[in-house]
Amino acid sequence: MTNVADAAPVSGQTQPPARRSIGGLIAQTEIDLRLFGMLLALGLILLTFNILSGGKFFQPTNMVTLAVQASGIAIIATGMVLVIVSRNIDLSVGSLVGLIAMTYALLMTDVMPRILGMGPDFPFRWLIALGLGILLGAGVGALQGYIIAYVGVPSFIVTLGGLLSIRGAIWYMSNGAAVSGLDPIFQLIGGGAKGSVGGTLTWVLGVVGCIAIIALLLNGRRQRRHFGFPLRPMWAEVLLGVIGCIAVLGLAAFANANLWPKGISGGLDIPTGVPYPIVLLIGVTLVMTWLATRRRFGRYVYAYGGNPDAADLAGINTRRTVLKIYVVMGILCALAAAIAVARLNTATLDVGQSYELYVIAAAVVGGTSFAGGIGSIAGAVLGAFVMQSLAYGLSFMGVNSPGQNVVAGIVLILAVGFDAYNRRRGS
Amino acid sequence: MTVAQRTPLVEMKDINVAFGGVHAVRDVTIDLDAGEVIGLVGGNGAGKSTLMRVLSGAHPADSGVISIEGKPVTISNPRDAKAYNIETIYQTLALADNVDAPANLFLGREITTRLGNLDDSSMEAETRKVMGRLNPNFTRFAMPVKSLSGGQRQAVAIARAVHFNARIMIMDEPTAALGPAETGQVRNLVRQLKEDGIGIFLISHDIHDVFDLSDRISVMYHGRIVDTVNKADTDPDAVLGMIILGKKPDEVTQKELAELELRA
Repeated sequence: MTNVADAAPVSGQTQPPARRSIGGLIAQTEIDLRLFGMLLALGLILLTFNILSGGKFFQPTNMVTLAVQASGIAIIATGMVLVIVSRNIDLSVGSLVGLIAMTYALLMTDVMPRILGMGPDFPFRWLIALGLGILLGAGVGALQGYIIAYVGVPSFIVTLGGLLSIRGAIWYMSNGAAVSGLDPIFQLIGGGAKGSVGGTLTWVLGVVGCIAIIALLLNGRRQRRHFGFPLRPMWAEVLLGVIGCIAVLGLAAFANANLWPKGISGGLDIPTGVPYPIVLLIGVTLVMTWLATRRRFGRYVYAYGGNPDAADLAGINTRRTVLKIYVVMGILCALAAAIAVARLNTATLDVGQSYELYVIAAAVVGGTSFAGGIGSIAGAVLGAFVMQSLAYGLSFMGVNSPGQNVVAGIVLILAVGFDAYNRRRGS
Repeated sequence: MTVAQRTPLVEMKDINVAFGGVHAVRDVTIDLDAGEVIGLVGGNGAGKSTLMRVLSGAHPADSGVISIEGKPVTISNPRDAKAYNIETIYQTLALADNVDAPANLFLGREITTRLGNLDDSSMEAETRKVMGRLNPNFTRFAMPVKSLSGGQRQAVAIARAVHFNARIMIMDEPTAALGPAETGQVRNLVRQLKEDGIGIFLISHDIHDVFDLSDRISVMYHGRIVDTVNKADTDPDAVLGMIILGKKPDEVTQKELAELELRA
């Protein structure tokens, strides 16, 4: 059971010999066992808390809140996978999130209305602010990436310096004050009843998701047939399609079971649907998976992580690849910062504090190896959800935050230990 | 073609490489014709691999000129070398262990769709074609190359060099990790490439390999070329003597010869 195959998936695959065992049947569906196992673990955690709380935990409100809380960490974790796969680390993400969060707040409360003449009525003010934040993130990422890749300072040192100095810089931006009062549209990025897509659009998203799953399966089959590669058995294709569609539509139904608070909706049952931060997370996951598996950039990141010398000798511009990874990381930090600051409607000095630790934990629990070359985007997102479910569940059961940290730390070590054991047994 | 036959395919002239105080390659001049195999031999640290790393762009020379078909060229990185159709099979194989055979074969030269996405199906199909010639039993196209045997990894490394229309091929110990059957396959491959008009630099410790496959043999000793000889004009003992003593046979004193016999 190695998950290295998902490091660089190819569409053609040799058919494993048909065996009449469960393992053989699962192998024929070509499901990634590792991701499947994590999904089971996540379900088990949620179920346990549900039983412990007497059935109260599993309500749509709780689950949607949990997901929104995990979204920021999960978004950055998709980038941390690439960083760790390339044998680097990024400790500066928390500080960078704080810096960009403060930038958003200052832009919308001060710089835009006072200096740029963009009052509250200026069209797409929120989008301009978001764009500037993304530029700032990309810029800081490029600077750190340049020092790491071209100057040759180890990433641990560069980003440790970033962690300290960027957090310090936030203080100077606002002279230590918290800044609040963001653009009302910008606040929707943070989720909540208003910051959700609504019932109808949620169903539309669900149906689009189902069509996409079926289209991917059909296209994969067509490609394999075109090149004469072995095909997956028909029952496995149908099973994957059905399970995928049920899961997508089930999640849509679950999101729509979350209703507007009665006080705001005037006593009516109005479904909120999927919150915007989750839409953002889904988009980021898809784009990052595409980057990691379907683009040269991703191929080079994995090849470099697997064997830096081989990547160099193959003629890959490895320095530029590393620099690009940190630019991507900066952009993801800007998106996570938007969610964090929009949720609170305030930028304090400590937005994003300790994010780097949760993000690294999410990536590692999700199967990213510090030896380099191994890790998947979907795994990291699942890892973020596993960690957040534990924290949320424990706080739901009345365990305080030091207690949550004790559990989170132990789970991190157990997850990596289990993985190391599995790999040793597998090889 | 008459012109091409007079000018060598590759000429490396007065090449020098130093690592700090160690002069790894000193004033080396060597040339290679199309369809020719030059066996490059010498002890450990004689500078064979370093010389070839200069040609493959992995390490720049401190001084010297490289000409291809008479035209001076600049090779400062592996991409430059590949642009001149110089392909290298490294002693370490230089494979990315965590990705599969097609990804390794096309590393740095991926086939993409019109939109710039990786075309994994086409790459796998091409890989199946090349590997079908080199190693017909190979089926593990979706496995990370880490899980392959030494011979299979070698086949991937060779396939990578063969696939991209090499005109000049550098083989650094191509049979070091192989069993007898696979070594035989590599020998056949070298002969086949030679017939296709590809010029080959073959680095090997195996004197039999060298005598079996080469047209000319260059012996290196402490960074210098001792001599380049036609295979027909020499024998394994003379070459071994040059490898060990660093002198041409007619320069060797009786005393040194006696020592050599003693060691053998």
